Amino acid sequence: MSEKKQLSEDILLEEVTSAEYKYGFTTKIESDTIPKGLTERVVRTISAKKNEPDWMLDYRLNAYNIWLKMDEPDWANVEYEKPNYQDVIYYSAPKQKPVLDSLDDLDPEMKKTFDKLGISIDEQNRLANVAVDIVMDSVSVATSFKKTLAEKGIIFCSISDAIKNHPELVKKYLSSVVPVRDNFFSALNSAVFSDGSFCYIPKGVKCPMELSTYFRINEAGTGQFERTLLIADEGSQVSYLEGCTAPMRDENQLHAAVVELVALDNADIKYSTVQNWYPGDKNGKGGVFNFVTKRGVCHKNAKISWTQVETGSAVTWKYPSCILKGDNSIGEFFSVAVTNNLQQADTGTKMIHLGKNTKSTIIAKGISAGKSNGNYRGLVSISKGATNSRNFSQCDSLLMGDKCGSHTFPYIEVRNKSSQVEHEATTSKVGEDQIFYCNQRGIGTEAAIALIVNGYCKDVLNQLPMEFAVEAQKLLEISLEGSVG
Amino acid sequence: MLKIKDLKAGVEENQILKGLNLTIKAGEIHAIMGPNGSGKSTLSAVIAGNENYEVEEGSIEFEDEDLLDLSPEERAHKGVFLSFQYPVEIPGISVSNFIKTSINERRKALGIEKLSTPDLLKLMREKMELLSIQKGYLSRNMNEGFSGGEKKRNEIFQMAMLSPKLSILDETDSGLDIDALRIVANGVNKLKSKDNATIIITHYQRLLDYITPDYVHVLYNGRIIKSGGKELAHELESKGYDWITKEADKKWA
Repeated sequence: MSEKKQLSEDILLEEVTSAEYKYGFTTKIESDTIPKGLTERVVRTISAKKNEPDWMLDYRLNAYNIWLKMDEPDWANVEYEKPNYQDVIYYSAPKQKPVLDSLDDLDPEMKKTFDKLGISIDEQNRLANVAVDIVMDSVSVATSFKKTLAEKGIIFCSISDAIKNHPELVKKYLSSVVPVRDNFFSALNSAVFSDGSFCYIPKGVKCPMELSTYFRINEAGTGQFERTLLIADEGSQVSYLEGCTAPMRDENQLHAAVVELVALDNADIKYSTVQNWYPGDKNGKGGVFNFVTKRGVCHKNAKISWTQVETGSAVTWKYPSCILKGDNSIGEFFSVAVTNNLQQADTGTKMIHLGKNTKSTIIAKGISAGKSNGNYRGLVSISKGATNSRNFSQCDSLLMGDKCGSHTFPYIEVRNKSSQVEHEATTSKVGEDQIFYCNQRGIGTEAAIALIVNGYCKDVLNQLPMEFAVEAQKLLEISLEGSVG
Repeated sequence: MLKIKDLKAGVEENQILKGLNLTIKAGEIHAIMGPNGSGKSTLSAVIAGNENYEVEEGSIEFEDEDLLDLSPEERAHKGVFLSFQYPVEIPGISVSNFIKTSINERRKALGIEKLSTPDLLKLMREKMELLSIQKGYLSRNMNEGFSGGEKKRNEIFQMAMLSPKLSILDETDSGLDIDALRIVANGVNKLKSKDNATIIITHYQRLLDYITPDYVHVLYNGRIIKSGGKELAHELESKGYDWITKEADKKWA
């Protein structure tokens, strides 16, 4: 490589690291925060602050006791300083009027935050036909479109409201997909989760709009432990999107969410995530630790489709999974995971085939730039009884520059002879020749990379609802600004 | 339009062009011929601004402006087009999307409004007809799974869409069967005007049966050692290169 070339590459690599995180602002909202640390008393306090019924308090205390006996997992291919769990604030709620009937009642400061985030919860979403539930720090602050949804019998509210108003549903399904003791973080979440979204689609109902939750960690030193429970009753259909951002902070913020999806017979759930938590600065300082458990169960002929575009977080540990319990059920996983600077990601999916004739598809696209490390870890398990089942997996990695890493860890277990599993994997680099070709056609290097990356991610981006696909494309551009290999 | 003076360029320590001079006026077609390794592709890469090649000495002026100061994309915006010898694949990006981006990036750089989608489609249909391109082609991914002939035709299609001032066709005839060659040549002829110029870089005289050059140059060992009219191409075809290269070897020994 010529000196001049090397120089220009160095300059470009330098630019990557200075590409600024767009959402790095905090909002001055008075918040109701409890002292740091986790004790039984803290668990009780959280439950009390939320006016929870006894069964919920018992659930939390049980989870807390289980958590105490568990160890933080360290099998993932990521390196980080384990958070001190006694140094985290487990509950922080924006102080404001307790109940909001309309969005107009929102704290103006908070409204400004949402505007900066580009999610105007009023007009724009009304136009876009998206119902939004917003979780800021720990509490769900606004749910739009309640009425329209209520007419169809759809329940879309904060999980706190659901605990109060729909205890029978919550009791039946909470922890039915992700047991409390599933893992260290699910136990922690079960003990201290402060809010999240709840959604129930009644039998045979097609949800008329995209449902959306927006998460944001605002308060310094807080953990966000949201809990999402989505139940699609027989023959129903729903498309759900979650978006995530966090302000820039020096210390690492902890995010340990649990998402449970239940697709009953013939139901169809599409769950899309666009995640842009603060990734830390170029030296790896700050950023969000994203340790999330997401899992769905499919009953007969049901389908769950996970789509995710992940560009943020300092450390990601996340495996949205499908348990294909019912015969003929379908699981899908479409993912784009971008790591840049010093970001680390260990992410993938699990497809557990239990029913007959079950099908799963995995399309995972990793993009690594800077000095980052991206890992795909996936399990395809086909049990003895899951005859005539099929899986197709495709795991691609795209590398930018020569300082990043990418690894693929596929685990495949097949316990019957009539099933078929296919796995394809590729690793490629954004080629200088591709970039020069685009340059020659008048397309500058930044735009060329955006184009090439978009082409690479097309199969996944195509799965996202239209406007979110556009958003995701922009996000990819921002996260990879200046990263040339 | 294009003035190349005493151009010396190469890759790392290896000097490939050793003092090349060439002047091209609007409305002209120049053929640059020469044996393998004479520096033909280096010349096209240097004009287009490929950073793997280093210019040590000399100058390239394009419409009285120093081309060497400009980035590859800026050169493209000024109207320099290179039809690649080996067009690259861009998976997942359709031909129409790529060309749209290309046209609009150029317009953005020149401060012109984006081309509207209906206008773009109309233009595409026109140019597809010109090059006998089948429907369905626009939604295929850039060069992905294209045959050699399809790739070359795709290059000429982009040329037609971008209407450059200076087009450099680098070995566009290689890998083309006679039908494809005819279609490509026909396209180039139709796109010719008094305002644009074309450089045809080729090893064989074959393409020149269909496109009549105004000038033919023989490139050998990094220099143009002979220039003439279209009859020079025929002479090379029948006599080979030896009779000129031997003379040159003596001169530059």
